[in-house]
Amino acid sequence: MSHVALALALGLAGGTLAGLFGVGGGIVFVPALTLGLGLSQLSAEATSLAAIVPVVAVGSFRQHRSGLVDWNSAGIIGACSLVGVLAGAEIALNVPETALRRAFAVFLVLVAVQMALRATRQMRAVEA
Amino acid sequence: MRRLAALGGVGSAAGLLSALFGVGGGIVIVPALIARGWQAHRATATSLAAIGATAVFGTVRYAFDDLVVWRDALLIGLPAVVGVVVGTALAARVRGPHLQLAFACVMVVVAGRLAW
Repeated sequence: MSHVALALALGLAGGTLAGLFGVGGGIVFVPALTLGLGLSQLSAEATSLAAIVPVVAVGSFRQHRSGLVDWNSAGIIGACSLVGVLAGAEIALNVPETALRRAFAVFLVLVAVQMALRATRQMRAVEA
Repeated sequence: MRRLAALGGVGSAAGLLSALFGVGGGIVIVPALIARGWQAHRATATSLAAIGATAVFGTVRYAFDDLVVWRDALLIGLPAVVGVVVGTALAARVRGPHLQLAFACVMVVVAGRLAW
């Protein structure tokens, strides 16, 4: 498969999984970009953030129409995230590539555990 | 004032995680808002709007170091918009605990591939 076709397929599949499981796009995009398209971990993370922008823009617009967005709070959270972004980028830019990839892998496992716990709780609720 | 500090703290934490791992940061924002008594739907919607700013900040920051592959970002991001709409519509019908468990297992396998 050509690079373009593969990227488009990964984007479509990644978005579907994100919507289906209620996880963010990034957690799917980063592995897609490293394992699928061969980007470095750092470049995959940077590119994932850019790929999130259109997804979030459309998502927010839809939620805004449903009247669910508290724009005042979103503004405060969003503005204050800049501090964290600068610090996080500084860390990511200065740790070795392998360490960053492994740290991401640990993060992925934590999200998986959280999802598995939620799933088992739902199963128990159904049985009870 | 306390509300401002709390939301600011949530934003900074989300931003850190976002830039460090290339994710949106909703995983921090949504539970934090719910813990403050927000309804889940409102928390998710507001988190999404906040992430818009976070993702733009992160993209711009990394663009300074020439790390964003713009072509791939577009090739993945644009079809993903369609995917999310499809996935969200499907979720109500097919998302059960078993499918979530299966996806959790896939994530662990992917994590293993990344770690080695």
